[in-house]
Amino acid sequence: MKMMNCPLNGLRNISEFVHGGEVKEMPDPNSCSDDAWAEYVFYTENGISVVTEWWLHAPSGYWFIAERHTGSDEILKTYDPSVLFNKRVEFSAPVTEGMA
Amino acid sequence: MPFSLLKYGLNKDYPFEQHADLPKPTELKPHYDVVIIGGGGHGVATAYYLAKYHGITNVAILEKSYLGGGNTARNTAVIRSNYLTSEGVKFYSESVKLFKELSNEFDFNIMYSQRGQLTLAHTDAAVRGFRQRAEVNKHFGGKTELIDPQQIRELVPTLNMNPADMPVLAGLWHMDGATARHDAVAWGYAKGATQRGVELHQLTEVTDVIVEQGKVTGVKTNRGNVSCGCVVQAVAGHSSLLAAKAGFKMPITTFPLQAMVTQPVKPFLDPLVSSPSLHCYVQQTGRGELVFGGGSDPYPLYSTRSTMDLKESLLANAVELFPFMANMRLMRQWAGLTDMTSDYSPIMGLSPVDNYYLDAGWGTWGFKSTPICGKSMAELVASGGKVPELIKPFSMDRFNSFRQVNEMGATAASH
Ligand SMILES: Cc1cc2nc3c(=O)[nH]c(=O)nc-3n(C[C@H](O)[C@H](O)[C@H](O)COP(=O)(O)OP(=O)(O)OC[C@H]3O[C@@H](n4cnc5c(N)ncnc54)[C@H](O)[C@@H]3O)c2cc1C
Repeated sequence: MKMMNCPLNGLRNISEFVHGGEVKEMPDPNSCSDDAWAEYVFYTENGISVVTEWWLHAPSGYWFIAERHTGSDEILKTYDPSVLFNKRVEFSAPVTEGMA
Repeated sequence: MPFSLLKYGLNKDYPFEQHADLPKPTELKPHYDVVIIGGGGHGVATAYYLAKYHGITNVAILEKSYLGGGNTARNTAVIRSNYLTSEGVKFYSESVKLFKELSNEFDFNIMYSQRGQLTLAHTDAAVRGFRQRAEVNKHFGGKTELIDPQQIRELVPTLNMNPADMPVLAGLWHMDGATARHDAVAWGYAKGATQRGVELHQLTEVTDVIVEQGKVTGVKTNRGNVSCGCVVQAVAGHSSLLAAKAGFKMPITTFPLQAMVTQPVKPFLDPLVSSPSLHCYVQQTGRGELVFGGGSDPYPLYSTRSTMDLKESLLANAVELFPFMANMRLMRQWAGLTDMTSDYSPIMGLSPVDNYYLDAGWGTWGFKSTPICGKSMAELVASGGKVPELIKPFSMDRFNSFRQVNEMGATAASH
């Protein structure tokens, strides 16, 4: 079976992993246009190249990032998301008038 | 020993023989009114209906490999219309109607064989879903009903009613379900189109799309450039790659889909049997082989390799349905590149580029739609971009207005 190197658990069968899609920058949902949100949610490059993707190691519930070639299926690199995401994100709901 | 075989063995050129019913290859003309990219079933059907109903014959079909060698030759040929949404059921029912007449229309046997499709429910939720699908289907004139385990036993006496400890609770019995010879469908359309003056250029790859001021004006190919009035893109798994050349993105991801077939045995299975919970479907061909199919590969890839993992999981479940198949031998295995949308419905209609029309997002379910899609695309082209009512719900910009046509439940692992 094909193997993948999980940054947390080491080499594991590919069947233990779940693909989570391209890593994309999320527009601010409170201020972006519908088109920009649709683009973020639905539209993909889907080319033949090295892509940076989210993957989940399902048994341990651990999300990480992999660089993989979509033509040869070669997995070039896997690493912890903190490499790309090293700033704290505040998820605050917009203040709505009259909310208790 | 056939000498021609030896000759091909020693020849470094692609051993491609002209199909007897098709005209000999010609040079590309500098201009066509319509260029169709992709010589799969959809591309040739569009050309056929353009020539037949609209008298538009200055048309070139550009195919990078050979006629029908893409997903058209790789599918498991399930034809059905028991979808979930009214948009979907209306559209696919039209296709089933056209399919029934195709052999007569082509004067060429596409081996259309209507034997009904049986989908199994193993959970209460599935039974509820089936009840809804049966009603939607009947409403649009389809022949679909919910049947109980006793009726299932009578239809398929060899079926294990308790596969993988998931008892069969009910079945969705779709009497319109059928199969047809997929290659013959492509050949029939190609023959009809070329007889009316359409040019089919095999081994002709579109390498770039020429867009001027937001409007397509031509394409570049490995055999030179051609200018054109409009383009229809019908390249299945390669949809995003072509769209990128035309300068836009699509809501599509390309996944391999695998299938396999056993050695032939005596006929024992008339209906097509599918179990969404077990992610597999089984059918017996007219020659006696059993065809197995299931869900797509678990992650996106542009490669048509077969994997052991998929074979193991798919066959384990197929053997649960028909335990005596455990000793059968596989004869062939293959994969195709499928263009998956997130709502499991196709994309037909306009694109961000003027005069550049889309026929894409057919994923794992587009063989059955070949006739009606070709007919609708021809109407779209002939009217200069007026989208026919039937395909309006399937425009690409449904994703921008968040009006998806959700067929996931009715499509996954049934195709
Ligand atoms: C294993 C499998 C099982 C399936 N089972 C079913 C089923 O049971 N029922 C069902 O309804 N559907 C099924 N499908 C889906 C169905 O096969 C497809 O949706 C359908 O065949 C699409 O037809 P098409 O003509 O659009 O694409 P294709 O037949 O793939 O044709 C596209 C063509 O475009 C060509 N092309 C690509 N790029 C270029 C370029 N740059 N220049 C020129 N030409 C190019 C390709 O070579 C190809 O021949 C299945 C698919 C697979 C892979």
